[in-house]
Amino acid sequence: MSILVDKNTRVICQGITGKAGLFHSQQCREYGTPLVGGVTPGKGGTEIDGFPVFNTVEEAMGKTGANTSLIFVPPPFCADAIMEAADAGIELIVAITEGVPVLDMVRVQRFLRASNSRLIGPNCPGIITPGIAKIGIMPGYIHTPGSVGLISKSGTLTYEAAWQLGNVGLGQSTAIGIGGDPIIGTTFIDLLELFENDPSTDSILMIGEIGGNAEQQAAEYIKQHVKKPVAAFIAGMTAPPGKRMGHAGAIISGGGGTAAEKIEALRDAGVEVAESPADMGAAVERKIARR
Amino acid sequence: MKIHEYQAKQLLAAAGVPVPKGLVAKTPDAAAAAFSELGGELAVVKSQIHAGGRGKGRFKEQPDQPGVVLVRSADEARANAERMLGNTLETIQTGEEGKTVSTLFVEAGLNIARELYLGIVIDRESGNPVLMVSSEGGMEIEVVAAETPEKIFREPVDPGFGLQTFQAVNLAYRLGLDGPAVKSARGFLTKMCRFFLDSDCSMAEINPLVVTTDGELIALDAKVSFDENAMFRHKNFAELRDLSEEDAAEVQAGDAGLSYVKLEGNIGCLVNGAGLAMSTMDLIKLHGGEPANFLDVGGGANVEQVTEAFRIILADENVKAVLVNIFGGIMKCDTIVTALIEAYEKVGFNVPLVVRLEGTNVEIARKMLAESGRDIIAATDLTDAAQKVVATLGA
Repeated sequence: MSILVDKNTRVICQGITGKAGLFHSQQCREYGTPLVGGVTPGKGGTEIDGFPVFNTVEEAMGKTGANTSLIFVPPPFCADAIMEAADAGIELIVAITEGVPVLDMVRVQRFLRASNSRLIGPNCPGIITPGIAKIGIMPGYIHTPGSVGLISKSGTLTYEAAWQLGNVGLGQSTAIGIGGDPIIGTTFIDLLELFENDPSTDSILMIGEIGGNAEQQAAEYIKQHVKKPVAAFIAGMTAPPGKRMGHAGAIISGGGGTAAEKIEALRDAGVEVAESPADMGAAVERKIARR
Repeated sequence: MKIHEYQAKQLLAAAGVPVPKGLVAKTPDAAAAAFSELGGELAVVKSQIHAGGRGKGRFKEQPDQPGVVLVRSADEARANAERMLGNTLETIQTGEEGKTVSTLFVEAGLNIARELYLGIVIDRESGNPVLMVSSEGGMEIEVVAAETPEKIFREPVDPGFGLQTFQAVNLAYRLGLDGPAVKSARGFLTKMCRFFLDSDCSMAEINPLVVTTDGELIALDAKVSFDENAMFRHKNFAELRDLSEEDAAEVQAGDAGLSYVKLEGNIGCLVNGAGLAMSTMDLIKLHGGEPANFLDVGGGANVEQVTEAFRIILADENVKAVLVNIFGGIMKCDTIVTALIEAYEKVGFNVPLVVRLEGTNVEIARKMLAESGRDIIAATDLTDAAQKVVATLGA
């Protein structure tokens, strides 16, 4: 088994008629994901490369039985797309879009509190249960089925980690990119809880970066609630303060959010922290061996 | 996106937030004229740069001249402006290189009874904007937070409804305000929060926020920055951007769709993805080198972008070697190698180049690189890449 994605998953793509939306919908379908259609207002009733297109999420759900949505709509309209999906009753919303205004996400988060939907992202690569389904933009072949639950703020660094986990023969139960924005849907803690309770996950690798204190909160949670072995890597040890490092959320401000303080908090919680990004897979191995 | 104090105050005034009377001056004569026009007995001449600590800052060319100065006549305003304009102001926030002052803001003096602090930021933990006020005006809020956290008062700001009146009044009483100052605070705080929400600010800080002897709250300083992701709904803010305040290479990178930050080391990096780019810097440091930059070429880098990225990296005189680290996902490794080789030619490489590739079509890409006949050092993995690029410096 796995978390969040299983054999009952049925996915629609909001923004399917855009270039990125269509390309990645095709890639997901090729991987074996049941991608049952898409939504683009004004293009309902048409079809694109075999995918039926609907005007609204509500309509798409009614006609296809979808329970999951993959969002590629441009930043100005992304918050609205997320809220539309939640309002229609989509259970899992995966927002890939980069560049959503922070105050839009403040409103989205408010909106989601009154719903049962879970949001992953925005500004993230998505989620994959290797061999079962991928809902996102990650290349499928670098992920091998296995026992490590992988949680990451970053895209290509997740690929790097997945690759290393494959090389050491561990693979992943499920891998999730939670996104590098200051305000995101699903957090480290949410996923730590799911992985801790998932019988097919034996260990966890979390990848954080400078900015905010989500990693420190995760460390506190691990200390109290997580029995499975946890390894981590934190990017940005050499990042200067006050400079945004690519991701909207990756900034050391007011002396807070440094890699050093995150690493210290994680080590204090008994997490095996890799010094080098080349050492992420091995760190998981070490942590498992030491139990 | 940061803006100048005088620009922030113009926007605040338009939003109904009280600010002192002030005039922009770009010449000493204009500074003198501004003093006369304000008509008071004293005025403050303030350097306009995107950095704090101006009052304690000094000019490199005029070591006795502070960046913010109180003047009592038009002649004094002119004389000070002469020592400030065109010169380099160094403050605790500018770094050693300082910043050239090309604009002054001349403001009417106030009768100050108290100095307070106001800041609005997005609190990641609660996912909400938060208004913070403190009785310790003029001090850095981080210092207050560390030393006397009980002097900071907070209220969450609803993203739709804004700050409610009772919240503003509660804060006013917690700050120990009374009489007309409470009423003034009520208007000031709610309007300030409305401005923050309506303008998509990422940060707004009024420090000090003064209470005059008449009990009126006025923004004596104003530091405002906007969420760049929201600029599509604030097209008028584009003209507030001052490119001379930004690093030229970072601006050039931004125009090419690249994310670049200059650092102090000598190993340039070109990486796809922000997390991997930061990790590559860390990796270099771990193996005894010093990264010269952060550079994320993004997910769909083409020949033009890679060429531009190389140009920006090599324009930094400190750079003695370059490390390319690519994990090909949707962007295939052979595509990036085609771009790399073409860019290598166009740019005219004069320092060692180490390339580490992994991911989609890596075998084809490695073969292309080996057969390119270019003097490019191939690395097998991350550690190998870091060791090889650091080794080129030792040789």
